[in-house]
Amino acid sequence: MWKFIADFIPRAVVYGMPLLFGSTGEILTEKSGNLNLGIPGIMFIGAIAGTTGAYLYEHSVAELNPFLAIMIPVMCCLAGSFLMGLLYCFLTVTMRANQNVTGLSMTIFGTGFANFLGGVLTKLAKSDIANLDITRSVNYFGDGNHPGWLAYVGIGIAILTSLFLRYTRTGLQLRAVGENPATADAAGINVTRYKYLATIIGSMIAGLGGLYYIMASSRTWSEPQIDAAGWLAIAIVIFTTWRPAISIFASIGFGGLLVLSTNFPIGIKELFELVPYVVTLIVLIIVSLRKKRENLPPQSLGLPYFREER
Amino acid sequence: MEAVKNAVRMEGITKHFGSVIANRDIHLELHEGEILSLLGENGSGKTTLMNMLSGIYYPDEGQIYIHDKPVTIRSPKDAFENGIGMIHQHFKLVDVFTATENIILGLEDKGMLNVKKAAAKIREISARYGFEIDPNQKIYNMSVSQKQTVEIIKVLYRGADILILDEPTAVLTPQETEKLFAVMRNMKKDGKSLIIITHKLHEVLDVSDRVAILRKGEYIGDVETKYADQQSLTDMMVGRAVSLNIDRPKAEEITERLRVEHLTVKDAEGVKRLKDVSFAANAGEILGIAGIAGSGQRELLEAIAGLQPLEPGSSIVYIDPKTGKEQSVVGMDPLKIIRSGILLSFVPEDRFGMGLVGSMSITDNVMLRSYRMGRFNPFYNHRFPKQLANEIVNDLEVVTPNIDKIPLRRLSGGNVQKVLVGREIKQNPTVLMTAYAVRGLDINTSYTIYNLLTEQKMKGVAVIYVGEDLDVLLELCDRILVLCGGQVSGIVDGRNVTKEQIGLMMTKLGGGE
Repeated sequence: MWKFIADFIPRAVVYGMPLLFGSTGEILTEKSGNLNLGIPGIMFIGAIAGTTGAYLYEHSVAELNPFLAIMIPVMCCLAGSFLMGLLYCFLTVTMRANQNVTGLSMTIFGTGFANFLGGVLTKLAKSDIANLDITRSVNYFGDGNHPGWLAYVGIGIAILTSLFLRYTRTGLQLRAVGENPATADAAGINVTRYKYLATIIGSMIAGLGGLYYIMASSRTWSEPQIDAAGWLAIAIVIFTTWRPAISIFASIGFGGLLVLSTNFPIGIKELFELVPYVVTLIVLIIVSLRKKRENLPPQSLGLPYFREER
Repeated sequence: MEAVKNAVRMEGITKHFGSVIANRDIHLELHEGEILSLLGENGSGKTTLMNMLSGIYYPDEGQIYIHDKPVTIRSPKDAFENGIGMIHQHFKLVDVFTATENIILGLEDKGMLNVKKAAAKIREISARYGFEIDPNQKIYNMSVSQKQTVEIIKVLYRGADILILDEPTAVLTPQETEKLFAVMRNMKKDGKSLIIITHKLHEVLDVSDRVAILRKGEYIGDVETKYADQQSLTDMMVGRAVSLNIDRPKAEEITERLRVEHLTVKDAEGVKRLKDVSFAANAGEILGIAGIAGSGQRELLEAIAGLQPLEPGSSIVYIDPKTGKEQSVVGMDPLKIIRSGILLSFVPEDRFGMGLVGSMSITDNVMLRSYRMGRFNPFYNHRFPKQLANEIVNDLEVVTPNIDKIPLRRLSGGNVQKVLVGREIKQNPTVLMTAYAVRGLDINTSYTIYNLLTEQKMKGVAVIYVGEDLDVLLELCDRILVLCGGQVSGIVDGRNVTKEQIGLMMTKLGGGE
């Protein structure tokens, strides 16, 4: 029994970490009033950018330098998701495009582009199986059964985000932007800058979730289901009512459900994978019944802000 | 006598919006330690002028001096640095934040929040000027007047010594207004200089030291309050002599049109908002409804309009003017009421929430009332609504660049209200219900609306007028129904009742007899 638990918990963390990165990034983004449904696509881009970096580095040198083996994938991942976040902000904040449409198209684009690039890399590697050889790099991210150092980074980011939103002046001002941008504007807060920064940093955090999925969880690029993790991360944002600290437990809990589901035969497995979404629906119902204002989404979530409009 | 020092001096201020001139060559002075009233009709440029002081707009021409030093104000931040704070008509507060969090929002200090220190400073400010506030209360739990208090403390916290209040009393009850004025006098004693914008002349006379008047974007002049009265101020504002008497003729034929009996309405939480209300609305009469805000006025009108579920035992009967046939409207929704041939017009208090669509043009909004005509034609008729919209614009002097392009939201509040009232009156109703029809309107437009209502009454319409200004209710209405806590406190003859009697009935059932 103890052995089962000792085995189970680390694996739950491994499965939950992409969800935690994704949901923390999305919470930060949504607190600025941007509903970024592009998170699954951004996680995909972060994943493929990091994987490409790892692959190219691994196949260009004989001996891996541990520092570079870690930094190259991480930096590539951050750069890729930075660009996605920047694109989202440019479209929704500067061009005032519809946030839902922008986010969904970015998810479709990110998923397609990442899978395309993954396929190209696999072809380049001339491997017989549809797997990408990054076996040396992934060892620097954990062994697949244990969370690895990136998981501690994820938990750290979630705790810091929580403290930031709650106890700092900048956090208060960010929340004001998401709740009521006109008020924030009148108080002398630069709404555009806050929206850009929160969304781009949020995207980069989410992108790390994609990297974690490949490097620490699946440990190869083989038809990854990162989009499923991305949608689940968005569900967790609602489930935790916009609290990154609670998301640590929610993500690991949902990760545990995913671990359990792998032990069941097809048919029951799918039912198990449904559980997180059902739980989220139940939370939505409970939250709307309790009608507590603090549990509601940021008031201007999904709405563009025009200064001149009355 | 010592020389007067100016807190603010605006010289030759001009502001254009496109081809429209909002302010033309304005010279305005605010003395140190005085309360100045800024008076003018809707669209006379009062708010625009004040927005240039508070950094929302930037003047095209002219110079602003603060304490006799020339300054440039380009943003709200610049305004704060010059000690200017404006309390806007629409509050700028974050609902889920506490009072303290709202007050310190946007301040420069870096790092961690020190809510306790801020709350202590807020308590200190409150004690000095006589505010009643809990710094840790969330905004969404606050009443309108509490929210306003937070706004005022917000500017005081930033060290403002020049305060601008844009129609602060429009949303307050008389008691709350009195409290606000007491606070304003305290601030004046403390050496602050204040500008107040209000449409209510008795408030101008009550609280201010001096009155400055704008008309159509131009500065007309100023007058010391002690030498002014309601009539002289109105004449200066409108530019000609205006009669401030409402004509109240008696209709020849007064017949029962709407009979409400034992009306009881519960809200979503199961609290009774109306208890056993009975009255009759007669054709050829204006029935005034008085009461403290939230005494059930809204529920009463909505119940008649078919928008509130009624408790068992309630009855609302409509008497057809032609046939005399009685018809119950209980359980009908607005569409059924229209279909059954009852001509009911309703001006709700929430303009954009219930009355109009802000992003549509005047013509389209007019059409909302008539698009069902010609039910078997799939295309709507554009000509008739356009004609009607033109009539409304001409009859009520709505100021608008066009009727079928500009979204209604872009018009000023007064013009929006005119469109709504105009549309409802143009339906040729037999019952006309209005809730706060003149809220936010200047005195000239208000009187236009009073005259329109009287005209409707003389045409044999049963008019129900929910109002907040007791003086107007007493001059306009034939009978006045006073609500108190959702119950009828009494129905009195508008011709021989005093303001004091109604005031008593508003606060105590039956006037405490």
